[in-house]
Amino acid sequence: MPEHPIIPVQARHHLTTRIWHWINALCLLVLLMSGLTIFNAHPRLYWGEYGANDDYAWMAVGSSDRMGYLRFGEMRIETTGVLGNWQDSAGKTQKWAFPGWATIPSSYSLADGRRWHFFFAWIFSVGLTLFMVRSLWNRHIQKDLHMRKDEWRPSHIWQSLRDHTRIATIRQSSAKPYNVVQKLTYIGVIFILLPLMIWTGLGMSPGMDANWPILTDVFGGRQSARSVHFITAFLLVLFFLVHIVMVLLSGPIKQTAAMIGGGRAKGAG
Amino acid sequence: MTIITRRKLITSAAIGAGSLLSGCDALNRNPAFQDVLASAETGNFAVQRALGDRMELASEYGIADLSPTFRANGSRDPGTADYTASAAQGFANWQLRLTGLFRNPQQFTLAALQSMPQRTQITRHDCVEGWSAIGQWTGVPLKILLDLAQLRGSARFLVFHCADRLGGRPYYESIDLLDGFHPQTILAHRLNGEPLPIANGAPLRLRVERQLGYKHAKYVTGVEAVSSLAGFGEGKGGYWQDVANYEWYAGI
Repeated sequence: MPEHPIIPVQARHHLTTRIWHWINALCLLVLLMSGLTIFNAHPRLYWGEYGANDDYAWMAVGSSDRMGYLRFGEMRIETTGVLGNWQDSAGKTQKWAFPGWATIPSSYSLADGRRWHFFFAWIFSVGLTLFMVRSLWNRHIQKDLHMRKDEWRPSHIWQSLRDHTRIATIRQSSAKPYNVVQKLTYIGVIFILLPLMIWTGLGMSPGMDANWPILTDVFGGRQSARSVHFITAFLLVLFFLVHIVMVLLSGPIKQTAAMIGGGRAKGAG
Repeated sequence: MTIITRRKLITSAAIGAGSLLSGCDALNRNPAFQDVLASAETGNFAVQRALGDRMELASEYGIADLSPTFRANGSRDPGTADYTASAAQGFANWQLRLTGLFRNPQQFTLAALQSMPQRTQITRHDCVEGWSAIGQWTGVPLKILLDLAQLRGSARFLVFHCADRLGGRPYYESIDLLDGFHPQTILAHRLNGEPLPIANGAPLRLRVERQLGYKHAKYVTGVEAVSSLAGFGEGKGGYWQDVANYEWYAGI
């Protein structure tokens, strides 16, 4: 007889969450990199329904003979070596906006980039939908992401933000239920940013647009939807970077192991 | 201890990213993997056709919405002796031939096409590269020509023959009958109230509004009704499909 009765230990992360996390991570990486290939075909962003080379672009990557640059409105930032003018692995100067190490495939092919993008877009969209349905069903959303009334207090949110700047509280967080900043971030990513990527992506399709004009109407046009698609993608990159920093600071081995094997339940440590 | 682990983690992440890239390039060159990727396009086609009314119209706009300049892309001038001579006389000798699986193959001059009922539509042209331009197109609905020529039952696709060549190959495109009979599918000869400029496909350009720009064949000389796309180019249904991996269905 064991000293303590064996009670089923609930994992920190549901099996569904873990499977989705890794499939989704792969999808987002491929979607980002193949998306940058597609962006390279026309590295200019506009607001409104139309936008082409003669129209005003609020953001553009360009190149002159010797330099690459990134332009926001009237502000021009030199980006030689990174954007618009960079050396490929053979040492040859390339003038595509995003460099080969950031794109799939690594040498420019709009047609191939589109194939990668749309294939992984399907996996991503179906995966996100299944994850949402399953997470309602297994009460992951209600139990772990639901914002309690007291958590909405600005002072509480501020305190939680401050906790994210202190290594000690970050370390402890891996054994605790999600704090308010984590909850808001995951809600924002899962229910706003990721669906927005699908919505704006569909909005760029002339076929879908004929079926459902509302896809672009809500943004004021197809080029606005394209801009929002790009901005949202980079908000997801920002999320990814902060996410990685937090994982590294809070115990990367333990955290990664928990996202693979399940880990121990919240509050159990 | 932790620092070493982190360093290891970062190093292996970098190695992982590097091998991911070369791995992706290797996969990208693999024909079987390309087929897997392309299978998503079949899904796009099926879903887009299943959603909504199959004859749903693309959005139309007002004069105030026109792009100040309508960008031209691809061939900007076929440049052949025949074409240049025809352009010099305002394309008075231009012929459009309807051939293939028709009961009554037809041949029209530009003037004959212009004397038929016309449709004018202000639509958004979406290029596969990502840009869009809004233009006003006037032309004869393809349906009128198809009704005159009477498709045979075995016809499944319409192939558009063009006067321009790209990279030494003749440009061509194809659509299915659903798009062929769509009310916004027209052979346009005017852009923004003016005769169609050479850069935009004079004298006749296909408009197939629910698909991307490369489907909108320019300098159209003929419409051939066929049961299969196998006999043209590499058999993939269009110039860009043949020379690169662009999809035949360009609704997304």
